[in-house]
Amino acid sequence: MSAAAAARAKAGGGGGGLYKPRTPIYPKLVRGKWRNIKWALLVVTLAIYWGTPWIRWARPEGLPQQAVLVDFTGPRFYFFTIQLWPQEVYFFTGLLIMAALALFLVTALFGRLWCGYACPQTVWTDLFIVVERLFEGDRNARMKLDSSPLSFNKAWRKGGKHLVWLLIALATGGAWVFYFHDAPTLWKSIWIGQGPLTAYVSAGVLTFTTYSLAGTMREQVCTYLCPWPRIQGAMLDKHTLQVIYLKDRGEPRGPHKKDQSWEGRGDCIDCQQCVVVCPMGIDIRNGGQIECINCGLCVDACDEMMVKIGRPTGLIGYDTDHAVAEREGGSAASYKLVRPRTVYYGVALALVSGVMVWGLAMRQPVVFDVLRDRNPTFVRLHDGSVRDGYTLKVANRTFERQVFKVEVSGLAKDDLKTPGAPSSSTSLTFVVEPDQVGSMRLLVSAPESALPEPSMPIDVKIHSRDVTADAKSVFLSGEVNKP
Amino acid sequence: MSGNRDKDPHSGMETTGHEWDGITELDTPLPRWWLWIWYGTIVFALVYWVLMPAWPYPGGYTKGILHNSQRVQVAQDLKALQAQRDVQGRALTNASLDQIERDPKLQAYAMTLGQLTFNANCAACHGAGGTGSKGYPNLRDDVWLWGGSLQDIQTTLIHGIRSQDPEARNSKMPSFGADGLLKPAEVNDLTEYVVALSRRPANQAAVARAAPLFANNCAVCHAADGKGNATFGAPNLTDKDWLYGGDRASIHDQIWNGRGGVMPNWGKRLDANTLKALTVYIHANAGGG
Repeated sequence: MSAAAAARAKAGGGGGGLYKPRTPIYPKLVRGKWRNIKWALLVVTLAIYWGTPWIRWARPEGLPQQAVLVDFTGPRFYFFTIQLWPQEVYFFTGLLIMAALALFLVTALFGRLWCGYACPQTVWTDLFIVVERLFEGDRNARMKLDSSPLSFNKAWRKGGKHLVWLLIALATGGAWVFYFHDAPTLWKSIWIGQGPLTAYVSAGVLTFTTYSLAGTMREQVCTYLCPWPRIQGAMLDKHTLQVIYLKDRGEPRGPHKKDQSWEGRGDCIDCQQCVVVCPMGIDIRNGGQIECINCGLCVDACDEMMVKIGRPTGLIGYDTDHAVAEREGGSAASYKLVRPRTVYYGVALALVSGVMVWGLAMRQPVVFDVLRDRNPTFVRLHDGSVRDGYTLKVANRTFERQVFKVEVSGLAKDDLKTPGAPSSSTSLTFVVEPDQVGSMRLLVSAPESALPEPSMPIDVKIHSRDVTADAKSVFLSGEVNKP
Repeated sequence: MSGNRDKDPHSGMETTGHEWDGITELDTPLPRWWLWIWYGTIVFALVYWVLMPAWPYPGGYTKGILHNSQRVQVAQDLKALQAQRDVQGRALTNASLDQIERDPKLQAYAMTLGQLTFNANCAACHGAGGTGSKGYPNLRDDVWLWGGSLQDIQTTLIHGIRSQDPEARNSKMPSFGADGLLKPAEVNDLTEYVVALSRRPANQAAVARAAPLFANNCAVCHAADGKGNATFGAPNLTDKDWLYGGDRASIHDQIWNGRGGVMPNWGKRLDANTLKALTVYIHANAGGG
């Protein structure tokens, strides 16, 4: 037997494949506080996703009137009052760092809140499970249907489910492209085959990923594909609030008859409700597990049971490993939100947020650069004076036409010139259209007498009615004054 | 080596029967995927021979039913490129040189096209920066042998200098020394005179001797005051710009040999719009004349 065959036999057990076969999960519908919070978040997050591209926003004529738009052809990014240029991609980097740090902080304090409530994988899976229940019923009905032979009833229920899944996936993929084009325009053109090819391809790819990730892969995405569960192991510690089975209260577990005493035993009656509602297919009573996304559904399931049997709720709930251990040891539970870890994350988050806010507040309305000619570095004119060429570049981030006066200082005597305009010893005019980059050739000439050094620092200043900017450069003249 | 096909006791597989110093070779069959790819390439080749040019024969080759030809393809691409240029260049056709230079959009287009054209055609002599070298004029400064207005530059570009074009810029400085028009001593005196023209210290006796020589031989083109004449492409001898060098030896050399450069008439090589763009590019980079 080859090594591969041996590995196959070992890994597959009876399955015979190279991989562990998936155990189907039939999560049971549960009602309760956390489920309601999750429903609310599902509605809110999906509404944000589908609604955002349709928010209109008044901007000057000629600019997109969409509140949130990633305009690749512009190329600009619009977010309500903020407009960013591709050169300012560092704001996105900062945003990602902020998101990461916020995630670190929240995870260190409250565990996998992101995974359980806000992650698109969780939200869309929840939505797909709703559809599944609509067609196939709840846990028991689904299990029965799956084990039954193929029939018309089974076929239309399965077919209908996949059809609605595909429609939701299509709506999900289709909505994505509206973030990149003017939504109402694209909405009209996309139905008649006039949309850009990238829109169809993106929508198609996202339809496929939504359908497969939320429909057929589900918990496997979290367990096998997503790196985040592995990474957040580094953020969790014994003081982190997590969905926990309070074994100090629950053990020893076992079935309980109505008239039996609760003395000398735990509150867990081993009803398996926490297991059957789990969308990840795990038993929370085994302690913290990498599969657990902290969705809180087992909390609701357990609480419902506890109310029925007349015991206090919260046998499974948000608590810390430390508190459980303390109660097991007979002392009162203590909680510690302020820990070195949370302080570090908090400070880092505050710093990055501060830098971001500062960066946005200090954002320059125009970016001005002076590029000195490299070839030739300078030219000697017939009378012995020297002329240097520069290209002035202005990124006009305002929505107004800017008429700049260009002035040069640093030389005792100079003459400014730009092609197509008469020369001037005081200033030239430089017009830059709104939301555009403008460039202008500037030729500066100076007599030998004004050039004591082969390299003279100069300052080029531009000012319009409401904007002023300046840039430093040098005036090179070789060694014209060398005897 | 022997021809008998034995079974390998370890793998149970047949050997090829080849043996070297007791080492035998397993006759492992090809992987099926490999075999299928191989069959696929054979089928591909057969189809290719029918569709594409493939087999040579005396005096020609099989053309293939698709009649594919890269030569024709290139010709079509060039045609398409020219058509595109005609569309983009229409704005240049309808505008005067002056309008092109004054309009920021037209200027930007002309500068880009001009730079490409300059680098491909002019940089070989005038340098990538356009500053020239000895005998090749600097196009970035304010000295223009044949005039530096937009119109002058365009005329020079279209007809060339001392080219075969009948309307070319034409003049010929005599080889005063080489052809024996002046005696060696007279050439020496004239050299001193030219040095003095550009306000540098010179032998005053030689300058005095050369004054009538200059008036008789040089002033026709270079003007009596030595400031030159763009009609003849005669340089100004009183400034600090020297096409062939401004030291005594270089000046002497030039009077002795009377050199004059040649520039092709670009009018027969470049289309009108490209020439317009090139004109504006050169004019603008020189500060507009």
